[in-house]
Amino acid sequence: MAQVEKRKKKIEDQGQPVIDIGDGAAIPTRKDIGLFDAWRIAFFGAIAMVLYLAIFRPDPYLKIIKFVPDGIWVTFKVTVGAILLALVIGLFTGLGRLAGNRVINGVASLYVEVIRGVPLLVQLFYIYYALGRIVQIPAMSSAIIAMAICYGAYMGEIFRAGIQSIPKGQMEAARSLGMNKSQAMVHVILPQSFTVILPPIGNEFVALLKDSSLVSILAVADLLRRGREFASETFTYFETYTVIALAYLIITLFFSKLVSLMEERISARQ
Amino acid sequence: MPANERPKRVEMRAVVKYFGSLKALDRITLDVYDGEKVVIIGPSGSGKSTLLRSINRLEEIDRGRIIVNSVDIYDPMTDINKIREEVGMVFQSFNVFPHKTVIENLTLAQRVVRKRSRKEATERAMTLLHKVGITDKSSAYPNQLSGGQQQRVAIARSLAMDPKIMLFDEPTSALDPEMIGEVLDVMRNLALEGMTMLVVTHEMGFAREVADRIIFMDNGAIVEEGTSEHFFTHPSHERTKLFLSQIL
Repeated sequence: MAQVEKRKKKIEDQGQPVIDIGDGAAIPTRKDIGLFDAWRIAFFGAIAMVLYLAIFRPDPYLKIIKFVPDGIWVTFKVTVGAILLALVIGLFTGLGRLAGNRVINGVASLYVEVIRGVPLLVQLFYIYYALGRIVQIPAMSSAIIAMAICYGAYMGEIFRAGIQSIPKGQMEAARSLGMNKSQAMVHVILPQSFTVILPPIGNEFVALLKDSSLVSILAVADLLRRGREFASETFTYFETYTVIALAYLIITLFFSKLVSLMEERISARQ
Repeated sequence: MPANERPKRVEMRAVVKYFGSLKALDRITLDVYDGEKVVIIGPSGSGKSTLLRSINRLEEIDRGRIIVNSVDIYDPMTDINKIREEVGMVFQSFNVFPHKTVIENLTLAQRVVRKRSRKEATERAMTLLHKVGITDKSSAYPNQLSGGQQQRVAIARSLAMDPKIMLFDEPTSALDPEMIGEVLDVMRNLALEGMTMLVVTHEMGFAREVADRIIFMDNGAIVEEGTSEHFFTHPSHERTKLFLSQIL
């Protein structure tokens, strides 16, 4: 038993662990000077390049730049819709993965295992057409649902790790005061895990933003699909995809930076 | 009133608890009466903390019965949250809520569990902070406090629920030596007010001074129990004598 106590103490001494689940763009921090410079060069370089092309090569670049913003808006809608839904799914999946109830735990674990084992593109097709057989819903909605179901599994793991990172004594203290499990979760555990899970959720957001380009296959007029439409009409494939790539790069780098600023603020507050 | 005519707060009957193959509690039978101060001592790994934690079901027992405030806490009809409202618990590692200010630490459970109004909860909290001597830090966050202050906040947080019993699980073991006194002072005052207290501690001076009864545990079993007078001057068991000779 002494050993159990020692281990418990060790966990509590280590303080807040950092979850590192990175499939987004590398997050620039001031500590990593090389990456910090790379971020600046890439971000401002991309903007400069877009401006240069628009001004000195207006045909076809200015036309392309005027044509694709509709797609950016759709890409955002898909990304934000999917991340919000994924957060809800992720919260319940994470709680389910920690549940003592074997059925709930089993269902949540199975969901995570299956989703992680199937490529996102295959999932998108599958959910899109599977949903299509049951209910007729707009392409946009089914794209959002499909992305959310996929990312919900990853979110679930983030929530699980975030909740587990809170020392066991916090739950014990809350329960000792007469709170039931959900009261303790809502008032004590989740608010504390929030600062731990926020950065990885930001990473997932950036990753999802990029992966949202996959929905262009499902008749959703996102950034990539708008580009394809323009290119196939004008046969300016190289020029169009140059602009598309630069647009994704600028957006992704912008949000990566936001995530890193958020991380800095959180760690400054601790 | 003689102790045994007062109501029983805790009754443990032949309680057995295993951690794997290790017998953490070995047929523990113990009564604690209203207003009594019981100090549990023993070498580490002897089951003291487990005994304490089983009283509000932070540890599940394998056999036996535990009755708290006349309610069998293992009865399927028992709402354990109701029991815990009446049983305060103070931990070795404080376990104050780091994302809440001191005052919020004290009002949270009052509002969520006891359903008190913000005003009522805050008033109760301020009274208790005054009692433990932390009024000037009421809007500070726990990481701005010393260990001793955090532990006093934790004690006040438990008291805010108006418990009938207070359990202390090595409350000073994680503290720097200069902070032990301030926490023991708070506990001493609580004892004077007549609170029913079960305390696991290595502070023998405190035990000798405050305890109505001292329980010595070893290998999960109660080896010896008696008044502090009896315990420190004429212990009857060899194991107790050995332990006392090692620590005193």
